[in-house]
Amino acid sequence: MRTLRFILQKEFKQIFRNPAILRIILAMPVSQLFILPWAADYETKGINLSVVDQDHSPVSSRLLSKITASGYFKLASYPSSYRAAAAEVEKNQADIILQIPAHFEKDLVRQQQASLFLAANSINGTKAVLGSAYLQSILADYNNQLRQEWTPFPRMNAEARIQVLSANWYNPRMNYRFFMVPGILVVLVTMIGCFLAAMNIVREKEIGTIEQINVTPIRKHHFIIGKLVPFWVIGLVVLSIGMFISWALYGIVPAGSFLTIYLFSGVYLLAILGLGLLVSTVCSTQQQAMLVSFFLLMTFILLGGLFTPIESMPNWARWLTRANPVAYFIDVTRRVILKGSSLRDIMPQLLTMLGFAVLLNGWAVLSYRKTA
Amino acid sequence: MISVRNISKKYPVGKGELTAVNQLSFDVAPGELFGIIGPDGAGKTSLFRMLATLLLPDGGEALIGGCHVVKDYKQLRKKLGYMPGRFSLYQDLTVEENLRFFATIFHTSIDENYGLIRDIYEQIKPFKDRRAGKLSGGMKQKLALCCALIHRPTVLLLDEPTTGVDAVSRVEFWQMLQGLKSGGITIIVSTPYMDEASLCDRIALMQQGNFLTTGTPDGIKAAFAKPLLAVKADRMHQLVNAVREAPVVEDSYAFGEWAHAVMREEGHDRELESFLSAKGFRQVVVQQTEPTVEDCFLKLMRP
Repeated sequence: MRTLRFILQKEFKQIFRNPAILRIILAMPVSQLFILPWAADYETKGINLSVVDQDHSPVSSRLLSKITASGYFKLASYPSSYRAAAAEVEKNQADIILQIPAHFEKDLVRQQQASLFLAANSINGTKAVLGSAYLQSILADYNNQLRQEWTPFPRMNAEARIQVLSANWYNPRMNYRFFMVPGILVVLVTMIGCFLAAMNIVREKEIGTIEQINVTPIRKHHFIIGKLVPFWVIGLVVLSIGMFISWALYGIVPAGSFLTIYLFSGVYLLAILGLGLLVSTVCSTQQQAMLVSFFLLMTFILLGGLFTPIESMPNWARWLTRANPVAYFIDVTRRVILKGSSLRDIMPQLLTMLGFAVLLNGWAVLSYRKTA
Repeated sequence: MISVRNISKKYPVGKGELTAVNQLSFDVAPGELFGIIGPDGAGKTSLFRMLATLLLPDGGEALIGGCHVVKDYKQLRKKLGYMPGRFSLYQDLTVEENLRFFATIFHTSIDENYGLIRDIYEQIKPFKDRRAGKLSGGMKQKLALCCALIHRPTVLLLDEPTTGVDAVSRVEFWQMLQGLKSGGITIIVSTPYMDEASLCDRIALMQQGNFLTTGTPDGIKAAFAKPLLAVKADRMHQLVNAVREAPVVEDSYAFGEWAHAVMREEGHDRELESFLSAKGFRQVVVQQTEPTVEDCFLKLMRP
């Protein structure tokens, strides 16, 4: 026990004597939480619309003002021909072209129907898909409006009207920051856990101190616990700093209990530290450790549901995410922070994470023994 | 105290393998200062790492103080003090913190064994609050020696402790080793410096994984058995090759500002001198000299 206490004391001393690490620990949560939630936003606004209006009728100009009033579109240009509009797209000055053919109003009145043409620049997939979807819903709305106005004698409601009203549960205003911030917290804790722990142990190998340690009667588990505990503590401190910032900056207060968040984070950190330990046993230089953990974290984060929902991934990728601790943590933090899930609700995830922790640490300790 | 039998270590290199240590056997008596002298790449560090329980031998075995280096490595580590060739203490901890750390993981304290390290530690005590990484080379070695001694080991393994250390610190370091030896500690030390050989009780000359010879420094010098001459002349660059051409000379090599000539027989000094004068060398000096360990090493190295 005395040995372990002394090893921990030494590890903490070393960490706090490395000003770069301290700076990283403080600067990472602050800058990530300051910048990312504002920039990493799925909402598509300011779509540049190029309108080719060949009708110039009251109907077409009302349509245009309705579109621009939505706030999603910016009328970028108003060319006279489709060819000119296409040139705008090529110059990347227009994202969507809306062509209103000549006699649009006349056809609509006489034949009860008329066509519009819509073309989207799909270089930026999200913008194209979301932009044309927005535009179509505006058009449908306008269509209904016109029908109502033009039905001559509304003896009864001329058409069956089904109105869809949606409510965004747990995030009523669909604030993307509420969605992103818990995810960024996860990324932070993961980086601290995996990177720092792996680098720390490999550093001992690189500068040769592990030789001197190995000739002592030190117990392997003392050494490993001595390495993991400081980063476990630091991970939780970073999480606390992160939660404080998200409250101060974005007003996000967890709907669930802090105890649940810390309990799950504690177990999650064990798992991710085990991963760091495993990386350190296979690498012999800090550079290798850096590249390996970077690759692993990149994969975990992209397959973790932070940016793209797991539900929309192909089947095989969804299977992969089941072996991805980051995905569970993102899922759980969002549930607890936004939805207020209780410990009982997240029990399956907690048990899975415990399994990860045992598996990764066990594997790491076994392979550590073999090499040392 | 230490008994090594046929110990071997091979490393895979490409498709073949490199024999770093080739079936070495030797014994070291209790309280002896045993030196392993050899150039870089001779296999000294591999041998030390095997003795220090850090590397598994491919063959053979070694007993240190009755403990087998593979089977009883746990007990052995308590009796062993090992100082690797590369400084491997925590550079970001202070002198005192390093010492206390190693004392603690050996379940002892600085006070308990202070007597053993006092003479050495007193020299670095003024710097006890300095980070180990900021110490000079000689002070680093002293600190490393203190850390290797803090648990009162019975055997000390020092892998090239004086490499990269200035001449004054080297002399001090060897004085410390003599002090420890008189305290009853068995010491194995390796060095690439031939002049340090005479400070050991017994030495082994190591080359490409083999011991060329083992014995006391004087015994090894006595076994040189051939007359040795030191030669000097005006054109030193060409001298060694010219000396080699003389029929009375077996071998010649540069030795500091002299050329050493190993003679086939006693008493041909005059012949060599006139041979060189005939070759056009001026200011020729030929004098008898005593073989050093380096001469013995060079003689043994050449077939």
